[in-house]
Amino acid sequence: MTSTTTTPAGAADTAAVRRAIASTARPPRPGRLATALAFGWRGMLKIKHVPEQLLDVTISPVMFVLMFTYLFGGAIAGSTGAYLQYILPGILVMSVLFTTVYSGVSLNTDLTKGVVDRFRSLPIWRPAPLLGALLGDSVRYVLAGTVILVVGVVLGYRPEGGLLGVVAALALVVVFSFGLSWVFSVLGLLLRSPNAVMNAGFTGIFPLTFLSNVFVDPRTLPGPLQAFVDVNPISILSTASRSLMAGTPDTGAVLVSLAVAAGLALVFLPLTTRLYRSR
Amino acid sequence: MTARTALAIEATGLAKSYGSTRAVDGIDLAVPAGAIYGVLGPNGAGKTTTIRMLATLIAPDAGSARVLGHDVVAEADAVRGLVSLTGQLASVDEELTGRENLALLGRLLGLRRGAARARADELLEAFGIADAAGKLVKHYSGGMRRRLDIAASIVVTPELMFLDEPTTGLDPRSRNQVWEIARALVAGGTTILLCTQYLEEADQLADGIAVIDHGRVIAEGTPGQLKASVGTGALHVRLLDPVRRAEAAQILEAAVGGVLLAPDAAALTVKCPDAGRAALGVAALTRAGVGIAEFSLARPSLDEVFLALTGHTADDGPAASAPAADTLQEQAS
Repeated sequence: MTSTTTTPAGAADTAAVRRAIASTARPPRPGRLATALAFGWRGMLKIKHVPEQLLDVTISPVMFVLMFTYLFGGAIAGSTGAYLQYILPGILVMSVLFTTVYSGVSLNTDLTKGVVDRFRSLPIWRPAPLLGALLGDSVRYVLAGTVILVVGVVLGYRPEGGLLGVVAALALVVVFSFGLSWVFSVLGLLLRSPNAVMNAGFTGIFPLTFLSNVFVDPRTLPGPLQAFVDVNPISILSTASRSLMAGTPDTGAVLVSLAVAAGLALVFLPLTTRLYRSR
Repeated sequence: MTARTALAIEATGLAKSYGSTRAVDGIDLAVPAGAIYGVLGPNGAGKTTTIRMLATLIAPDAGSARVLGHDVVAEADAVRGLVSLTGQLASVDEELTGRENLALLGRLLGLRRGAARARADELLEAFGIADAAGKLVKHYSGGMRRRLDIAASIVVTPELMFLDEPTTGLDPRSRNQVWEIARALVAGGTTILLCTQYLEEADQLADGIAVIDHGRVIAEGTPGQLKASVGTGALHVRLLDPVRRAEAAQILEAAVGGVLLAPDAAALTVKCPDAGRAALGVAALTRAGVGIAEFSLARPSLDEVFLALTGHTADDGPAASAPAADTLQEQAS
């Protein structure tokens, strides 16, 4: 490590260590929920100590909002204002989905640092570290989404669906992210370094986001591409969020989004727990 | 103490392969309770893999082990409730503070919020890290981090502690502190399984030692017995004038025994059964007027123990590539 802190004058006090060793009886084991919540608390502390990580994932979506709205907005939608109404729900989706890559990155960091070994050697409910991390992640998702919504409103975005529509859209995106995050958790357990997870994650999520209806209406696209964009789950999720925020819920898109999230979780959650156990 | 718990660890035929590498190839261990037992071996010998099986992190491919009377596979959860693990990589969370690390473990082990915080503060104080309690662990020095790691293992005092290479990379002062802590733990009734690649460390701490190589136990005994198998070590002599090395070799051969010529043209190494014979060798050289630039009596190194036990040094031999493969696997996991 490159830390430069010198050893302080304080050193282990053997007598005090002996007292500390002698002074505890083993407390009763905590319940499953309490254990998962303790890991959730760990997630919160990480957000508090490393806010840069949150910044990383929110800065690029904010830049996309500004760039696309003012650079291409007039050309694509006739006016910057009209384009902002179109892309903001899509950017909300993008911003939160980008954050899910960090679920895999932080899991891989724990693995490479040996923290996972410590957790796995504890007499605790086995999925607790993974579920607790999800709790911390959800806070990150909500923060990332809120940043984009605030930027949008400042720039002039006005959701027809009101606060209720916005909250519903954000909730849908967060639930979808719960499903997607297990995909990156599996990557996090399979790849060798946090950077590899980050690269692989963004190599997947970046093109998928661009080949969706987040930025442009697919009607102008060539046939095969349009066919792909139409079935891309990110398009469907964007359509659903857009409809909720516009106050005209597209029930079909909402249900498909939830189904995709459930499908991802069904496949990748058991895979994650299995890999986590055996690594 | 019942007969069931007289042995803290009882392993028979433990084996684990990664791909075609037999990381652990049939290890038997009988570790008595209430003492420090050393597992000594070079990098890649299978020490960490053995600990990972005993600590229930990975399941053995073959063989079985009981830790404190519980089977590591069938009763893994019971084992976890009695042991703690201090890994080769300090397994504390770098992105949390020292206090948060200990408080989190306290919560996970069932302490209430207030009790967890109080226990964290008590341990930080005892381990001399109270001043850095609120600092992120990534800013800790190596010694502080290692102490925190050990503190993390005794948030609830375990019956058995796995100490995996606890002093690798530490300066001598920090190393002595870790040794003090280990002795204090044993005095408090904890059994310690110590994995190390340093004979001196095993010598200082352990009551019994198993030497392992290529995933097998190749020798067992007390530190004294192991050292006796290689003599007290070697006399290293460096001459003022390299030209007289052949002459010096003859003199030492007569006074002490088997001389090895070192790569350095002015140096010789003599295997020495005891310190007295070494003194005779040095005296013989002086009497013959062979100028000595320096001499030293080295304790037997792990390499020498290995040479004596296996006929090959710790890092060569038929499976020279095995350690690298093992290390990769262990990093990956």
